[in-house]
Amino acid sequence: MIPIEFDYKAPTTLEEAFEALREGGEDAKILAGGHSLVPLMKLRLAAPTVLIDLRKVAGLDGIQRENGTFRIGAMTKHYAVSQETGLGLAALASSTIADPQVRYRGTLGGSLAHGDPASDMLAIFLAMEGSVSIMGANGVREVAASDFFEDYLTTAVAEGEILTEIRLPAMDGYGFGYEKFNRRQEDWAMVAVGSLVKKAADGSCEDVRVGLTHMAGTPLRATAVEEALRGKPLDAASIAAAAELAAEGTNPPADLNASAEYKKHLARVLCRRTLEQAAA
Amino acid sequence: MSIAEPPPVQNGHVGRSMKRKEDPRLITGRGAYTDDLVLPGLLHAAIVRSPEAHAKIVSIDTEAAKAIPGVQAVLTAADLGLAAGLPMAWVPPGVTVNTPEHYPLAKDTVKHVGDAVAVVVGDDRYAVVDAAEHVLVEYEPLPVVIDPEKALEEGSALVHEEFGTNKVHEWSLGGGDLEAGFAEADLIVERRVENHRISGAPIEPRAVVADYKSGNLQIWSSTQVPHFLRLFLAIMLGQSEEKIRVIAPDVGGGFGAKLQIYAEEPLMAVCSKVTGRPVKWVETRSEHMQVSHHGRDQVATVRLGVKRDGSITAIHSKIIADLGAYMFLLTPSIPSLGAFVMSGCYKIPAVQTDITGVFTNKCATDAIRGAGRPEATHMIETIMDQAADELGMDRLELRRKNFIPKEDFPATTALGIVYDSGDYHGSLDKLLEHFDYEAFKREQAEALEKGKHLGVGFSTYTEICGLAPSRVTGPSGFGLQTGLWESSMVRVHITGAVTIYTGASPHGQGVESSFAQIAADRFGIEPEQVEVIHGDTQTGPQGLGTYGSRSLSVGGEAMVRAVDKVTSKIKKIVAHQLEAAPEDIELQDGRFAVKGSPDKGMTLAEASGEAYIPENLPEGMEPGLEESAFYDPANFVFPFGAHACIVEVDAETGKVDIVRYVAVDDCGPAINPMIIDGQVHGGIAQAIGQALYERIHYDEQGQLVTGTFVDYALPSAADVPSFETDRTETPSTTTSMGVKGVGEAGTIAASPAILNAVVDALRPLGVTYLQMPLSPMRVWEEIQKAQGGGGASDDPGKQGGTYDAHGQGGGGSGPARPNQGELA
Repeated sequence: MIPIEFDYKAPTTLEEAFEALREGGEDAKILAGGHSLVPLMKLRLAAPTVLIDLRKVAGLDGIQRENGTFRIGAMTKHYAVSQETGLGLAALASSTIADPQVRYRGTLGGSLAHGDPASDMLAIFLAMEGSVSIMGANGVREVAASDFFEDYLTTAVAEGEILTEIRLPAMDGYGFGYEKFNRRQEDWAMVAVGSLVKKAADGSCEDVRVGLTHMAGTPLRATAVEEALRGKPLDAASIAAAAELAAEGTNPPADLNASAEYKKHLARVLCRRTLEQAAA
Repeated sequence: MSIAEPPPVQNGHVGRSMKRKEDPRLITGRGAYTDDLVLPGLLHAAIVRSPEAHAKIVSIDTEAAKAIPGVQAVLTAADLGLAAGLPMAWVPPGVTVNTPEHYPLAKDTVKHVGDAVAVVVGDDRYAVVDAAEHVLVEYEPLPVVIDPEKALEEGSALVHEEFGTNKVHEWSLGGGDLEAGFAEADLIVERRVENHRISGAPIEPRAVVADYKSGNLQIWSSTQVPHFLRLFLAIMLGQSEEKIRVIAPDVGGGFGAKLQIYAEEPLMAVCSKVTGRPVKWVETRSEHMQVSHHGRDQVATVRLGVKRDGSITAIHSKIIADLGAYMFLLTPSIPSLGAFVMSGCYKIPAVQTDITGVFTNKCATDAIRGAGRPEATHMIETIMDQAADELGMDRLELRRKNFIPKEDFPATTALGIVYDSGDYHGSLDKLLEHFDYEAFKREQAEALEKGKHLGVGFSTYTEICGLAPSRVTGPSGFGLQTGLWESSMVRVHITGAVTIYTGASPHGQGVESSFAQIAADRFGIEPEQVEVIHGDTQTGPQGLGTYGSRSLSVGGEAMVRAVDKVTSKIKKIVAHQLEAAPEDIELQDGRFAVKGSPDKGMTLAEASGEAYIPENLPEGMEPGLEESAFYDPANFVFPFGAHACIVEVDAETGKVDIVRYVAVDDCGPAINPMIIDGQVHGGIAQAIGQALYERIHYDEQGQLVTGTFVDYALPSAADVPSFETDRTETPSTTTSMGVKGVGEAGTIAASPAILNAVVDALRPLGVTYLQMPLSPMRVWEEIQKAQGGGGASDDPGKQGGTYDAHGQGGGGSGPARPNQGELA
């Protein structure tokens, strides 16, 4: 449980952080809450030569609503997100992350940048169609959620870059539901589904978004479900029929506790349940 | 939560939920665990472990590691020079137990993942952990043996070539006429009962500090058995026992995993000897999962013979026990502990257990909380439900029909075991006061109409604990190469304060509190004036440690005997001072006073003043107030109880939610009800862990798949329900205080209640039987199969059957599916 030797830097400005990243080279790692990276280091599955801790960098923490968008600093803790009720689905999903210790230390930016498809917030970010600011030597670029996740533990944040801000639309008028299936309360999701539903004036489905957690190497949108339900009445039958499509296009990794078949089944069940909650 | 707390005993500390004396230091971070120990010049050790499950060691190159700055020594097996390897202490008369050499570092082959190969000693922990990665070991992989049933087949690869078989031993215990019992049965229910491998997983992993100086060894270890450790260190090191002092400081849980003599203990002694400095090794959690012994891992075929009226005629368990690669201290004996109570709390005329131990390329199994008895209870209590269903009889009615009645105690079972006391109807009655079974059945039916699957499972159990008596457990009896008495020394100081030394070695049991309560009542003082010292081989009398729910019922009884020797002397002193007869002196309102004249008396402090300033003692009396006692009971103790588990199963996902858990346990008169509740809570939580979450799993290459708490699903407080506990108090006839052990009861009782509850919930879906662990996927798959759908695992029908006892000649295997058909 002892990591390989590494250096530690805690810059106070982004400029210093970038300088440390340049100096550190390819084995430098940004440290946010540390709740994904540090356990990997202790098991010696990750061995960065230098950790650049962003906790002293001002301006990376906090949630602000501007017009219809929430701007969330990358170092904002899961707990803070869970307390911002205006964030709806994102707040709900944050409140289920692991245990209180992780929620008080882990950050939204760190979680997204780490890109673990079993963690809660990735599919939510995708379903809400958020975006991020990624800062590099040549300035800031904005990346939409749909372009952010590239592969297992691989995101659009390139070497030498820092994710600084997450933007989530307020999703006013959307109902939502979140269901995570795991063995223990504190576990990563075996499968989780987050759904958002906007009702039209006639009660039918004006818009629907469904995010799938741990159903592939990256978070996914259940596009087949969304297409099947959009414009349909939000009754039990159409929700059930749409939810049956939840596993389409997925490629869930199997493990000791869950075969791919079981995960696909869970995705369908959880999808139906969250759509029912969102449409209620 | 306790349903009913009995009123406090007037003028007495026994029976009160006194807060534990241990807790202020432990919960404020002032406990002193082995890893907290810092000695001048302390070195640190890291162990190089095998990544292979079975391999020949071709070469070990330690040069690169030795060259790393801060490294003081790198040792391999050839450097140890021990007089003996690690011990195995069970030699059952008339039974051959194949016992391979078990050396602290592997000599030429490694037998399981984590097997120790070399040890690196250096100035700090970082240096040695890094250097351990630079010890280059070349392995030549050998065939791996994982499945214990396949391991017994002809032509299987062998774990130990020298025995020519993977069979460790065969051991049987029976009583009554089994053949006649099954012949008499109208129905024979047969089931395969799996009890998978688990880890003890105490919060504090193991740790050892050894300090050799001037030929004397002082060793601190997070152990349950400091005295055994001293003895075996003496044997392994070839050193005289009195030159070894073993200290078990605060120990953060054991659950049996620290009832062991581990490789790291002699290893650290050798490391200290070689370097001339104290050396510390602290187990990582990953190491704990790999090399601290596991528990359970039995596959049993259980047959129960019943008559149509529900009376049980016979029970027969054939157990295949996966013992792992080496015989640790008690490894092969553990399944046998369950055999002693294979008839549970029922009157069964014929009882038989046949055990086959098997080598596999896994860590050894040994005692983990309950040790053989959870497995036995799981067999009995699951097959009782299966039989009730086959008979079309209510589960509790079947149990009541077969309970040993209260008036039969002490009751001799078909095995010749004498159950000291019991009131099984009484504990079930009490359980049903808290849980309205009939109302539940209505609730269950209503819920089912709404698509909700509720179930209740029961476990009515008895167990055998208070590990002793030597003449039963010892060399010519059961075969343990030791006595199993316990000792205590009681010292009353001149001020009337009391120090008690016990040979028990508590590590969470609250012995410092409960022993103080008992002694305080007998001396007429407050528990705060009694200090209980344990875990140091140099300060107290020889002792045997804490395991098998024995601290109170054996160690506490030894203490009471030492206390009574002291009070008997006090009475003589007081009688002499007051010119009364010693037999007329009794404890009244905190004073040793003359019967009928409570004003004529002396406090403990006054009497001890006389004892230590001996100007006026009775003729020939020695000064001082200090006595010791050794106690070897005449029998075990047999706690019992009745548990009910209520679950809701999400039939769509297979997830089991424990809605309520109600436990009524009887461990005789309560010394400290709060401690009993705590033991019961923890015991049930551990059984819930096994039933629903935890599993040590090796893949076919012998790699440990569940090697961290990410994969090994130890439940946390958020995953277990609030427990509802209550007690009945039926005194033991073995112990003078009537007390029985309770440390393992929850674990022994609970797993079948959980399994039975899940089966009960899923019967409407056609699920009639299940195996642990009841992971959501397994439950879901069984539902799919019962519904005629997919699912990946085997047909549950292969797990046993039910058959007409006469039509099939009373033997052989049953039909492919459990038979719901006619009785003979």
